[in-house]
Amino acid sequence: MSEARKRIIQKILLMGNPNVGKSAVFSRLTGARVVISNYPGTTVEFMQGYMKLGEQRPVVIDVPGVYSLEPTSRAEEVAIEMLDQGDVIINVVDATNLERNLYLTLQLLQRQIPVIVALNMWDDTRHKGITIDVKKLEQIFGVPVVTTCGLTGEGIKQLVERLPQAHAPKKAPCSAQKCWDEIGIIIAQVQKLTHRHHTWLERLEDLSIQPLGGLVLAAAVVFLSFSLIRFLGEGLINNFFNPFFENIWLPLLYRFSAVLGGKGLLHYVLIGESINGQIDFGVAFGLLTTGLYVPLAMVLPYIFSFYLVLGLWEDLGYLPRFAVLTDNLMHRIGLHGYAVIPMILGLGCNVPGALATRLLEGRREKFIAATLMAVAIPCMAQIAMIVGLVGARGGQYLGIVFGTLFLLLVFKGILLNKLLKGRSPEILTEIPPYRLPQVRAVCKKLSLRVVGFLKEALPYVLLGILFVNILQALKIIDALAAVFSPVLQNIWGLPKEAISALIVGFLRKDVAIGMLGPLELSTKQLVIGSTILAVYFPCIATFTVLLKELGPKDMLKSAVLMLITAVIVGGLLNLILPF
Amino acid sequence: MPIDLTKIKPGASGTVVSLQGGRGFTLRLTNLGIRPGVKITKLNAHFWRGPITVRLGRANLALGFGMASKIMVELDTKNE
Ligand SMILES: Nc1nc2c(ncn2[C@@H]2O[C@H](COP(=O)(O)OP(=O)(O)OP(=O)(O)O)[C@@H](O)[C@H]2O)c(=O)[nH]1
Repeated sequence: MSEARKRIIQKILLMGNPNVGKSAVFSRLTGARVVISNYPGTTVEFMQGYMKLGEQRPVVIDVPGVYSLEPTSRAEEVAIEMLDQGDVIINVVDATNLERNLYLTLQLLQRQIPVIVALNMWDDTRHKGITIDVKKLEQIFGVPVVTTCGLTGEGIKQLVERLPQAHAPKKAPCSAQKCWDEIGIIIAQVQKLTHRHHTWLERLEDLSIQPLGGLVLAAAVVFLSFSLIRFLGEGLINNFFNPFFENIWLPLLYRFSAVLGGKGLLHYVLIGESINGQIDFGVAFGLLTTGLYVPLAMVLPYIFSFYLVLGLWEDLGYLPRFAVLTDNLMHRIGLHGYAVIPMILGLGCNVPGALATRLLEGRREKFIAATLMAVAIPCMAQIAMIVGLVGARGGQYLGIVFGTLFLLLVFKGILLNKLLKGRSPEILTEIPPYRLPQVRAVCKKLSLRVVGFLKEALPYVLLGILFVNILQALKIIDALAAVFSPVLQNIWGLPKEAISALIVGFLRKDVAIGMLGPLELSTKQLVIGSTILAVYFPCIATFTVLLKELGPKDMLKSAVLMLITAVIVGGLLNLILPF
Repeated sequence: MPIDLTKIKPGASGTVVSLQGGRGFTLRLTNLGIRPGVKITKLNAHFWRGPITVRLGRANLALGFGMASKIMVELDTKNE
């Protein structure tokens, strides 16, 4: 033991099956704020944080979940390769699913590296009628076993205290069958199950994956979610953000404008164009006017309400069930049901959506999922702007924009599925139990995402606006407009000035759509412009992630597909829209 | 007589006797706890050869129709 004390621990790995609470434990150990959700595969990136351990500050790594040390996918392979780098492994185990979890534990105990077991979800064992003899388990394994609750932080202190006692018993390797037999014997010794009645949450679990009842419920969930997002988003805009900008911010700006003398370069950059001395937040395009109004008053309320609603479903554990129910439909577009999760995340922001395509098995699925998302899944920032701008002309036009995008998703999916060699693999997933979302956990995740949005979006939005102002001042926009006017005017029926929106769209889609505002477009042009901006290319943040995930070759293919799609879809809309 | 998982009724339970697939397939299922000897209950079968949901111990799983057809199950006598 004294020898163990002296050992310097520099790198701690958290390893365990998917969805056992590794991220929750990670966040407790390090204080780092990470996304924690109730479905397997929430963590697709390696998360790093530092914890306090006596005098030392070792790094803790939250490794994506694996079921065993024999990889079944590239993502698992990467996770398992991490193993050799750690000084200690905290093996996080779901105490309510002990038998399955112990397979990985046994494999870890055969390695050279010290292990400590965290028996997580300990709070859940009580109401599930599971009793586990922890002392006995500790004896059998010969390593410390600590009961924890990632949600409340119970047991984390003991985990840290006993961390230096972790050690490597170097068990003899066993064949899969032998290991499972051994686990069977261990379970018989340490675990007792008492029968108890089904809770209402479990009844709901059963209902929500029933073929018919489940689909009806899913339709209700989707409808309810979008209604709630719209209601909350609009409510926040009308009752809070708009009044703030109109009544408090605007008067300040008028004074500031007067101080600046009402014109000049600085006035142009900061306040933008004022018409007859009037400042219109949608038209001015200065950093302090449109630059703040778009991200804060138009987009933020929707980001907030979207992530609030999403967070509730995530924490409840609804997403994997939705995946099972949509499996059939997703196969038609070359994917399986679980691919619906990256898509849903993409509705918030395409970046985490693109990262989540790592959940999918092969190159084919990743390519299809990424391409479809980039083309047909607008992010919430974009949706908010479209709702704001196009919605002002009438709800039916929103229907046209989003309906077009949906049809595009379906057609392009069917097409890719037909054209690309191979078939979509089948779904295989655990369906976690429902857990009632905890207010604190939901708020924490929401604030993490909202702050993330502000940090990501604000600089880019301001940069984007500055960028167009400069291009405009240097007359570069005019030159580009002349070059691209054939496509813009003849195929899409847009004024050539719309080129500036397309340029800014590479940086931020929300600003880009905002730029259609001052162009005084007809409703038809606005509908076409918004649709094209959603389709033609991902924003730079998404592009960077996609490039990394797909590799240059597939990204190039995907990008060509996007551009072609944009030309065709814009052209078709221009031909067929009757108004 | 063992029959494959797609052919048993929702609600019926039995014991897995064998997995009729390659190494990778067997490994993935085994990792999730589906292996010879374990008790399994079929919960639902979705339309048009859609996914099958099963319960193993206290865990629920979903798997594709094709995978389910490679899992051979000996039904419990009380189901017959
Ligand atoms: N009741 C209970 N729930 C927990 C506990 N720890 C985590 N959870 C919940 O379990 C779910 C999964 O937690 P995560 O921390 O995301 O799990 P993970 O192992 O990191 O999952 P992956 O990233 O998918 O590998 C979340 O809904 C958590 O809120 C616990 O000790 N008790």
